[in-house]
Amino acid sequence: MANKIVIDPITRIEGHLKIETDIENGTVKNARSTGNLFRGIELILHGRDPRDAQVITQRICGVCPQSHGLAAALNLDSAFGIAGQITDNARIIRNLISGAHIVQDHILHFFHLAALDYVDVTDVAKYEGNDSELNSLKTFIGRGELAPFVPRYEGDYRLSPEMNQMACAHYIQALEVRRMGHEMVSIFSGKVPHSVGIVPGGVTCTPTIDMMTRYLWKLRKLQDFINNVYLPDVMAVAGAYSDYTEIGVGCKNFLSYGQFDLEGGQPDVTKRKRLYRPGVVSGDLVVGDLDVAKIAEEVTSSWYENYEGGKHPSLGETKPDLEKEGAYSWVKSPRYDGKVYEVGPLAKLLVAYAGGNTEVKQLVDSSLKKLNAPASALFSVMGRHLARAIDAKIIADNLEKWVLQLKPGEPVYTEYEIPEEAKGFGLTEAARGALGHWIDIRDHKIYNYQAVVPTTWNASPVDAKGNPGPIEQAIIGTKIKDKDNPFEIVRIVRSFDPCLACAIH
Amino acid sequence: MVQEVPVVWLAASSCTGCSVSLLNSASPTIKNVLVDEVIPGTHINLRFHQTIMAGNGEQAVQILEDTIKDKKDGYVLVADGAIPSGNTAGYCVMGERNGKPVTMEDRFEELARNAMAILAVGTCASFGGIPASGSNPSNAKPIRKVMEEKGINKPLINIPGCPPHPDWIVGTIASILIKGLPSAEELDDNLRPLAFYGTLIHENCPRRAFFDEGKFAKKPGDEGCLYELGCKGPITYADCPLRRWNNGTNWVIGAGSPCHGCTQPEFPNLPMYQKLVDVELPVIGANWTGKKEEA
Repeated sequence: MANKIVIDPITRIEGHLKIETDIENGTVKNARSTGNLFRGIELILHGRDPRDAQVITQRICGVCPQSHGLAAALNLDSAFGIAGQITDNARIIRNLISGAHIVQDHILHFFHLAALDYVDVTDVAKYEGNDSELNSLKTFIGRGELAPFVPRYEGDYRLSPEMNQMACAHYIQALEVRRMGHEMVSIFSGKVPHSVGIVPGGVTCTPTIDMMTRYLWKLRKLQDFINNVYLPDVMAVAGAYSDYTEIGVGCKNFLSYGQFDLEGGQPDVTKRKRLYRPGVVSGDLVVGDLDVAKIAEEVTSSWYENYEGGKHPSLGETKPDLEKEGAYSWVKSPRYDGKVYEVGPLAKLLVAYAGGNTEVKQLVDSSLKKLNAPASALFSVMGRHLARAIDAKIIADNLEKWVLQLKPGEPVYTEYEIPEEAKGFGLTEAARGALGHWIDIRDHKIYNYQAVVPTTWNASPVDAKGNPGPIEQAIIGTKIKDKDNPFEIVRIVRSFDPCLACAIH
Repeated sequence: MVQEVPVVWLAASSCTGCSVSLLNSASPTIKNVLVDEVIPGTHINLRFHQTIMAGNGEQAVQILEDTIKDKKDGYVLVADGAIPSGNTAGYCVMGERNGKPVTMEDRFEELARNAMAILAVGTCASFGGIPASGSNPSNAKPIRKVMEEKGINKPLINIPGCPPHPDWIVGTIASILIKGLPSAEELDDNLRPLAFYGTLIHENCPRRAFFDEGKFAKKPGDEGCLYELGCKGPITYADCPLRRWNNGTNWVIGAGSPCHGCTQPEFPNLPMYQKLVDVELPVIGANWTGKKEEA
């Protein structure tokens, strides 16, 4: 007996995503992921001053603008021929901006986007203690208007009332903590969302001692939260929902561009020493080098004019065609060496893990041991949540070192001329995974700009070979316990932390 | 008895930056805004917001349908993002009806016709902003234009900014809760509350003295006025220099960057890092030489 489940919109993600599945004998036979908003930011950039790319591309996404700003700046650094001349201060401030942003983004994702799939807010009605925040939540529930927490899928909430209450207190605490993460970004970058600090050539502000100390002490509060709340809560949820260490496996190919430049002087972004190395890895956990030439975007199932095979982003094109036969999404299908790859904190950590990064290996192994789970448990819904939390910890601990490496008063900016003709690219990791920007400058203006964004990879539709994208593959084969409350689907989708404004742009 | 004020938030052709900015509200916090009586005796009943609500798919969309019926003329519609319209309306769709996708243009029209008032949050919703710039590939339109074309005659307030400061959003809502919708005198020609958009950045800029003395920064990191680096402060109405961003931490010019003019209808069409041309500057200091250089 065939049946359909259509979820539109998938809420508690960024943007407009529809998931459609065919169910056979209680199991997902087919899954289609549809991105439902096209703005055409690549087309909007055509003809502009190249420097504007850093401002405009941040507007690809209001959740992760810093990542786009950084990718654009790296892209422009390379096109302007100054990628090897960025000062140490500028390099470090860029790391401090994007690092603080990503730490708060991971906290936001777990507590404010994902947690309501696992935590029963209504248990706060039974709260008898003295916590004023929880009591105000209890008063709210008592008033009877429970939006935006109800309606919701019902049935599969497994935490004890005490754990649910504690998780709700953490949900509220996390709101404050993530806001403080944005304050850290703002110290060096003016405002968030849509910051101004990162520009081609470096950054806009010279560091001072008071900026550094403010940053450091806000960071300490985030570190405290990560160590004592975020990581333990992820472990608690992973323990209570242990079947989700086997659900949502996906394509088991992972790609990362690497992140956080640790040295200046190297113009080639793929050869720079980074905290997280670039690479590709599959289920066997043998790491391979990244070859940027193997990236190509296909549009077989996407609402764009067809072209043969895939196009490397340096030659990419974006020609909307909503009437195209057989297409079902605005998201393109990036592939690596013709194959489907997942990106994200899990991919980044697996590349580092397989590449022998001791900090990553120690944290991942000790977490798996506590969960009494094998390494294969990482390829799952809970594996993605755990990777995100570990990533937050590693980044935060390194930010603490980096902020003290700044040299107050030393230069932060390298001058350049906008070339008449040039090409460039910039690669980094956003909170959601591998992010690349490519530019083609002609007549001192942007001729072509292409962005291949984390969720472009993860939410991509079926390619020319008929292979579904990573989210689609992670859903296919899943057993759905209750068709009216298909928790499995939304939990799998949210474990990827999708961002559709990003994916399509 | 606490009064419940129903609010639905529609995300059109947007990046969610406006919502993330609202999340950064410091006093009241976002928790105060959504859970507590934000004004004693009044609670904001946020029924629909895609990014934070628990419900999924159909059960979420049903709330919109129910609100139109149950709270006719009694709810506030907040919209961020511009709206792809006409032949390209299908470039932004949300949810289905009888198995067919519903365009954002149609959703907006249904919700706007039955709302008490509409808040256009962000520059895309207010003026078209990012998606409507350049070649405007999706034929995206600001809320005001969509309402005019469809003959929707409801009170509209624009709260532009890319994104708007959370105080501008929360402050406008609080003002409505305390003393009702703003009068025409309380809004400017662009329907922005004068309380927040009443003065130019340039008027309150801490670097104003440099401008008056003709001392201009030549590159990022330099001391001096950022006018030559493309600052849009002289044409941009907003209280950023006084309010500052992210819980008062900093602001754009405080970080050494020129203002991009993001609360203006011109945004993002002016080049970000090129000096303003043909602009009438407000009250210029005696020693200022910029205009001569221009000529």
